Amino acid sequence: MNWFTPDRLRLLVPALSLLVLLGAIFYLQPRAMSYVGLNLLLNLAVPIALATIAQMFIMMVNDLDLSMGTFVSFVACVTATFLQTTPWLGLLILALSILAYAVLGIVIHLRNLPSIVVTLGMSFVWGGLAVLMLPTPGGTAPDWIRWLMTSKPPFVPMAIVASLLIAALTHWLVIRSALGVLLRGVGGNERSVQRAGWSVVRAKALAYGFAGLFAVLAGMSLVGLTTSADANIALRYTLLSIAGVILGGGEFVGGRVSPIGAVIGALTLTLAASFLSFLRISPDWQIGAQGGILILVLALRLLLNQQQERTRGQ
Amino acid sequence: MTNVLRKPWIWSFVAAFGVWLTTILFTGGESTVGVTQAALTFAAFSVIVGLGQMFVITLGPGNVDLSIPATMTLAGTVALKTMETNDSLIVAGILVALAIGVCIGLVNFALIKLLRIPPIIATLSSSFLIQSTAIWYNRGLRIKPPATLTQFAIGSTAGIPNVAIVALLISMGMWILLEKGIFGRRVAAIGQNMWAARLAGVPVDGTRLATYVLCATLASLAGLVLSCFSGGAALNMGAEYLLTSIAVVVIGGTAVAGGFANVPGIWGGALFLFLVVSMLNTYGASAGLRMLLTGVIIIAVIIAASRKPAR
Repeated sequence: MNWFTPDRLRLLVPALSLLVLLGAIFYLQPRAMSYVGLNLLLNLAVPIALATIAQMFIMMVNDLDLSMGTFVSFVACVTATFLQTTPWLGLLILALSILAYAVLGIVIHLRNLPSIVVTLGMSFVWGGLAVLMLPTPGGTAPDWIRWLMTSKPPFVPMAIVASLLIAALTHWLVIRSALGVLLRGVGGNERSVQRAGWSVVRAKALAYGFAGLFAVLAGMSLVGLTTSADANIALRYTLLSIAGVILGGGEFVGGRVSPIGAVIGALTLTLAASFLSFLRISPDWQIGAQGGILILVLALRLLLNQQQERTRGQ
Repeated sequence: MTNVLRKPWIWSFVAAFGVWLTTILFTGGESTVGVTQAALTFAAFSVIVGLGQMFVITLGPGNVDLSIPATMTLAGTVALKTMETNDSLIVAGILVALAIGVCIGLVNFALIKLLRIPPIIATLSSSFLIQSTAIWYNRGLRIKPPATLTQFAIGSTAGIPNVAIVALLISMGMWILLEKGIFGRRVAAIGQNMWAARLAGVPVDGTRLATYVLCATLASLAGLVLSCFSGGAALNMGAEYLLTSIAVVVIGGTAVAGGFANVPGIWGGALFLFLVVSMLNTYGASAGLRMLLTGVIIIAVIIAASRKPAR
């Protein structure tokens, strides 16, 4: 019975919700059960999954990033303009913005600042920069990103391959590697990590740096799908990424996160939108129904947790 | 003097005054009255929602109400439709708005308590439902507020905008609630340590429930006043108040980790935020530059304010 570790049980609810949702979509629209159908359904999940992973790195050290949406939009604008016209300058800007994230982590830690507020301020900074670059929607995706995002591997659609790769890579990084254990330790008990001789500043800088890196990847992959960018293209990613981490079994405090869960959470949120349009729910209620699904999944998780506690008590 | 300097809210006022002075000096003093009145008017809306958010944030880490924008929209929409531009139905409209606030607060806390989910996610999910209800109820119609209410909302008494007077009265009420009443003590106690508060006999659940209801009710009121001020309810009218409500609380010196709150700082923060934008407007900054500088200034103020010794 060792297979049912608490960590795996945590993954059960998100995984089940995803399967139920997928089953419901296949029932409503059998044609979705094909290579092209799945690709269409899950395409937009790739950038959301990457943004969710980015948010997860911040939540792992007990912080919250409210600038995720504007930052991904900013990256999308850089990708569609500088990275397309003068690649070295585009790469330089993106590298600097990842560095800015790491510096932000250091400042937040050293000055003991509330991350919610600092990132709230940063959301204005990224948003302003994005508007300065692209006052009106436009730009073009670099060919190689376009090629990568629209490539068609045999048998399995790109969106699924990408999601699996992201999940595997980040699972190794966060759960298996020594670095990941240290970062989760900072979320669990900062003081004991410090006393054990590690540098908490370095850990926070790394966590924020990784968040920046994955958010940059999210912005680039988004432009690869949409072919052009806009300063407001990804604003909803802030809330989607937080919801994705929570849906995937993550917690706000304590360094309890699950990269695989986060990717599943992102996929669930993407599919929820398609599911509602297949149900022909009036557009008025689409946002509301998304809220309803979120509540439903969380209620399910609560029930399962209670069950687990009861069996443990016996 | 040193006592005043130690108050957590003093820096928001210093910053707001500095920005105000720079703006009117730039225009050679011509815009003094205009800028001041506009600042008081627009700060008033941020103050009303900020007060509610302040109580919620004071409850402790993780407590924040993200359903404020949706609540404002729904309350404004439904109240205006109830009044049907009819002056005799004003009282009914106000009551409807307040009732909506109370209901949303109850739903929010029910989600937090029954589902044991973090308030951020609970209020986020409920805001989706509220937003949909508003869209469904509104049906793209834009109903005007009753003439008396519009005149009141855009008018001023003795040079002070009426909405600012309303906000000031509410602030005084909230100040009494926070500093003089048992409710404020309970909220702060929960924010400092929920378990200790429970052991000390503080009715934790009742206080949290009341706080979320208070916050949603203030948001409804702000939504009603804002829709009267702008001549009708719009579906996106609350959007900017999500960030604003949190920002004014924090700039005003209320502890983000909870446990310590103050009312005057909300005014300092709200005036500061509006004045920064209007200053950048006066300098003719483009929309992008304006946003960029607003962000830089907010972060600079927060870093400067963090210079106080650790507890």
